[in-house]
Amino acid sequence: MENLAHLLRDQTLWDIVARSLQVSLLALVPAFVIALPLGGWLALASFRGRAIVLMALNTLLALPSVLVGLLVYLLLSHDGPLGALGWLFSRKAMVLAQALLVLPVLTALIRRALEDAQRDHGEQLQALGATGLVRVALLAIDERRALLTIALVGFGRAVSEVGAVMVVGGNIEGYTRVMTTAIALETSKGDLALAIALGCVLLLVVLLINGVVAWLAPRAA
Amino acid sequence: MLTPLFHLRDVFVHWGRLPALVGVDLTVQRGECLALIGGNGSGKSSLLRVVAGLRAPSRGQIERGLAVRQAMVFQRPYMLRASAGTNLALGLWLAGWSWRQARMATGPALQRVGLADVAAQSATSLSVGQQQRLALARAWAMQPDLLLLDEPTSSLDPAGQRAVEALMQAFAASGMTMVFASHNLAQVQRIATRVVYLEQGRLLADLPTADFFNRALLAQVSPQASVFVKGELG
Repeated sequence: MENLAHLLRDQTLWDIVARSLQVSLLALVPAFVIALPLGGWLALASFRGRAIVLMALNTLLALPSVLVGLLVYLLLSHDGPLGALGWLFSRKAMVLAQALLVLPVLTALIRRALEDAQRDHGEQLQALGATGLVRVALLAIDERRALLTIALVGFGRAVSEVGAVMVVGGNIEGYTRVMTTAIALETSKGDLALAIALGCVLLLVVLLINGVVAWLAPRAA
Repeated sequence: MLTPLFHLRDVFVHWGRLPALVGVDLTVQRGECLALIGGNGSGKSSLLRVVAGLRAPSRGQIERGLAVRQAMVFQRPYMLRASAGTNLALGLWLAGWSWRQARMATGPALQRVGLADVAAQSATSLSVGQQQRLALARAWAMQPDLLLLDEPTSSLDPAGQRAVEALMQAFAASGMTMVFASHNLAQVQRIATRVVYLEQGRLLADLPTADFFNRALLAQVSPQASVFVKGELG
């Protein structure tokens, strides 16, 4: 316990925590910006092959994170199509990997929320003259609490991720080491004290997110 | 000379394989107050939706008068999580008004329906009756040529029903053309100038109100409608 208390006062630990939160937040923003119109379009659009698209989207939800890491690695590697960016083993690569990982999650949840809203209220909005993009925007604004909840779920998913960021970030001390990769490393080294300390902080972060989600959920209904 | 606002010509509507409207011919003239009555699933809501443009007919045509402005009020009004005033203004903005004009129109419209004191209140916190009056205010503010109402009082308590009905009567008296669906035959007798009876998607009776509630006459025109009215009124 003394060791734990000491570690919780360690600046290195808090640097790792800050880096984790920063990377996940930077990943969440572009993922959400893309997921919102995409989910909105899928919620309202009717086209041939929609069922197949939704099935593909649901499949992506179950995509193993290391697979995403591998994909990003191949994209950013020296010989890859985006190798010239020089992002491999950097925080930018981690942001990209986490963004790709949470994008299908956000899209699927947003689609479901807006589809339910469209089913309940879309006809009345249409009768008022709201078509297409305007209707999606109004439904999204009205479901803002639900969308915030979805964003928090996405953030929780990103901050808990280990596989992809390990592959593309390299877990470099002081640079790309985040909570999850540090826990994995310290555990494998047998240095459980730091792993436990980071685990406590990570648990606290996830608890906090879920607490806010639970608090928002009845208000979103 | 009478001015038809719309004419349905041999309109069919299907929900999947289920027929909702079957060969309906209906013309509504300016100034009329038409009530659609019939049991659940008779096609009342489908007919309103076809007229509102929310549903295309599977077959047949709908012809509308030139530049007819229309508005629709639903059984359970949908209000955004915003103030009553903002909800009203948004409806006008969606109809093509500038936001400034829309905001200026909210005061008189809310006044018209007796909701001036709740303009700043969240619309979702209003009672169902108040929300329905707000929906009516939103529709009225558009100064529509044609107001469509789908069972506007069926989810209201008696006081709410009376308030909404009073507004409908006032709108009708001002010359606004209305087409409304209702289960409440007493309400229909009070408000409508003409009654259409639908059963399983078919239009079986179309009479002025006084004639429709003349049992002997109705029995001759449509035995089915006569049975329905007898069942509802006793």
